[in-house]
Amino acid sequence: MPTHADFTRAFRAGLFTGTLPPGTTAQAPDEATQRFAVYRNNVAHSLTRALARRFPVVERLVGVEFFTAMARLYIEAYPPASPRLFLWGEGFARFLQGFPPVRSLPYLPDVSRLEWQRGIAYHAADMPSVTPADLALAAADPARFKLVLHPSVGLIRSRHAVVTIWQANQPGAVQTGPLRADRAEDALILRDRADQVPVIALSPGEAGFQSALMRGETLLEAATRAEGADPARLLSLLMRAGAITGIAQQG
Amino acid sequence: MPLPNAPGLGFKPEHFAAIRDTRPQLGFFEVHAENYMGAGGPPHRQLTALRQDYGLSLHGVGLSIGGPDRPDAGHLARLRDLITRYQPASFSEHLAWSSHETDYLNDLLPLPYTAETLQLVCDHVDEVQATLGCRLLLENPSTYVLFAQSTLAETEFLAEIARRTGCGLLLDVNNVFVSCTNHRTDPQDWLAAFPLAAVGEVHLGGHATEALPSGPLLIDDHGSPVADPVWELYSRTIARAGALPTLIEWDNDVPEFSILLAEAARAAAILTQAEMRHAHAC
Repeated sequence: MPTHADFTRAFRAGLFTGTLPPGTTAQAPDEATQRFAVYRNNVAHSLTRALARRFPVVERLVGVEFFTAMARLYIEAYPPASPRLFLWGEGFARFLQGFPPVRSLPYLPDVSRLEWQRGIAYHAADMPSVTPADLALAAADPARFKLVLHPSVGLIRSRHAVVTIWQANQPGAVQTGPLRADRAEDALILRDRADQVPVIALSPGEAGFQSALMRGETLLEAATRAEGADPARLLSLLMRAGAITGIAQQG
Repeated sequence: MPLPNAPGLGFKPEHFAAIRDTRPQLGFFEVHAENYMGAGGPPHRQLTALRQDYGLSLHGVGLSIGGPDRPDAGHLARLRDLITRYQPASFSEHLAWSSHETDYLNDLLPLPYTAETLQLVCDHVDEVQATLGCRLLLENPSTYVLFAQSTLAETEFLAEIARRTGCGLLLDVNNVFVSCTNHRTDPQDWLAAFPLAAVGEVHLGGHATEALPSGPLLIDDHGSPVADPVWELYSRTIARAGALPTLIEWDNDVPEFSILLAEAARAAAILTQAEMRHAHAC
C-alpha cells in the first residue's frame, strides 16, 4: 500500500496530468475521473482568480480567455510557495517577458511590475511619517541629510506608457482616443494616508530624484539628478502622502 | 472567552463600511488567517476596528494538517502572532491538505481515512495546539471522491482525532450535505454517528449542483444562499445539540451585506427556538 507521502505526490501530479491518485473511486466507480476533475478545476480556477486579482490590468489587456489559458501555464510552472497568496506572482513579469504569445504587447511585463508593486504597497508595514518641521530642517542642510521612505514606496521606470495604460484600464475609465504605448513613463507607487494606492506619473527628472532618494543619496546629491525638475513638488507630494518616515544623517 | 451561541458572518473587506456605519447585532466575525499575514496596511486596520466591536473567529486554510509533512514552522509562528495580536475566541482549520512539499495548491484536498493518516493528523493537531497554546476546531470537509484504501468512516476518523488530541470539531453542515449527497449516503446517518458534544462552531454555506449519470454532484463553492435541505439539517442538529456559534460563509460572488444579514437572521431564529425549547424543558 502506498504511504500518505506517495499518495499526496500522486495526487499533486494528477492535478495537472489527470492521472487518478491510487485508490480513487466513487459509489459509481466509472465516475471517478469526472469527480477527480472537481479538484483539478478548483485548484486551477482558484489560483487563476488569485493571479487575476493581483494583475487585473494584465487580464484586461489580454482578455479573460487568454489570461486563463496563460495562467494555467504559469500555475503549473510557478505555483505559489506559501498560503500567503499576496506573495505570489513576483516572477510573473519575467514569465511574460519570455512568453512568445504576448511578444506583440511589449509593455505587458512593465504593467505587471506596476501591479505587483501596488500589491506590495497595500500590504507594506505601517510607519509614522515625519513632521513638516523635520523635513524643513533636513532641507535646510541638504548635504547632510537623506530621507527614509515608507516601505510602500516603489518606482517603476519604463520605456512604455505604463501610467497611461494603467489608468486607461481602470474600471470606469473613459477612453479619450488611441494612446501611444511606446512613450517612456515613470510611475511612483505608494500607500497614502487614506490607505489608497495611487499610481503617480513622474517627469524623468522627478523619477531621477526619486530613484536617488530610494538609493539613500543625500537630498543634495539627489537634487543633482533632477534634470531641471523641481524637487520641491515631489517632496511635498511625498510629505502629504505620509511617505517620508525618517530623516537620516549622511555617513 | 468562547464564541457566543449566536450567528456570525465571514468578513469581506467590501462590507467594511456597511459594518462600521450600521454596527449590526452579530455574535462574531470570522476571517481567513492567511489574509492577515501581511506586514500592515488596510487588512490589519480593518481587523483591529472590527475586533473592537465583535468577537473574532480565526479560520485557517493553509496549515495542511491532512498532509504527510509536519505543519510549516513559519506558518505556525505567523498564526501564533495573529492569535497574540487579535485574541480570537476560536481558531479552526480543516481536515484536508493544501500544500505539497514547497507548493501551495489553494484548495482543501482530501485524504484516505486509514490508521496511518489518523496518526499523522493527530500528530499534526497535537503540534498545532502545543505551538499555538489553544484548542483547535477541526472542520469536516466537502469531498467528491472516495478512496479504496480508507478503513475508517469520516465520522469515526474525526471522533478519534477529537478523542486522542482533545481538539474540538467544526461542523460544516453544508459539507455534510455535499459529501453525503455525492457519496449517495444519508446525511442524517452521518450526523447520528458524529460526536456533536465536541462541536465548537457550525458552518453554513451555499453549494453548486452539477449532474453525473448516477445523480447530482454537489460542489462546495460558498457562492450562493444556504440551500433549504441544509437549513433543515441544521435545524435538526441544533434541536439535538442546543444553540451553537453558527457562521454564514459566502466567499464567491459576494452579495450586498443585507443579504448576508438575512441569512444570519434565519440562523438566529433557529437558535432562538432551540434556546426557548431548552428553557422550557428545564
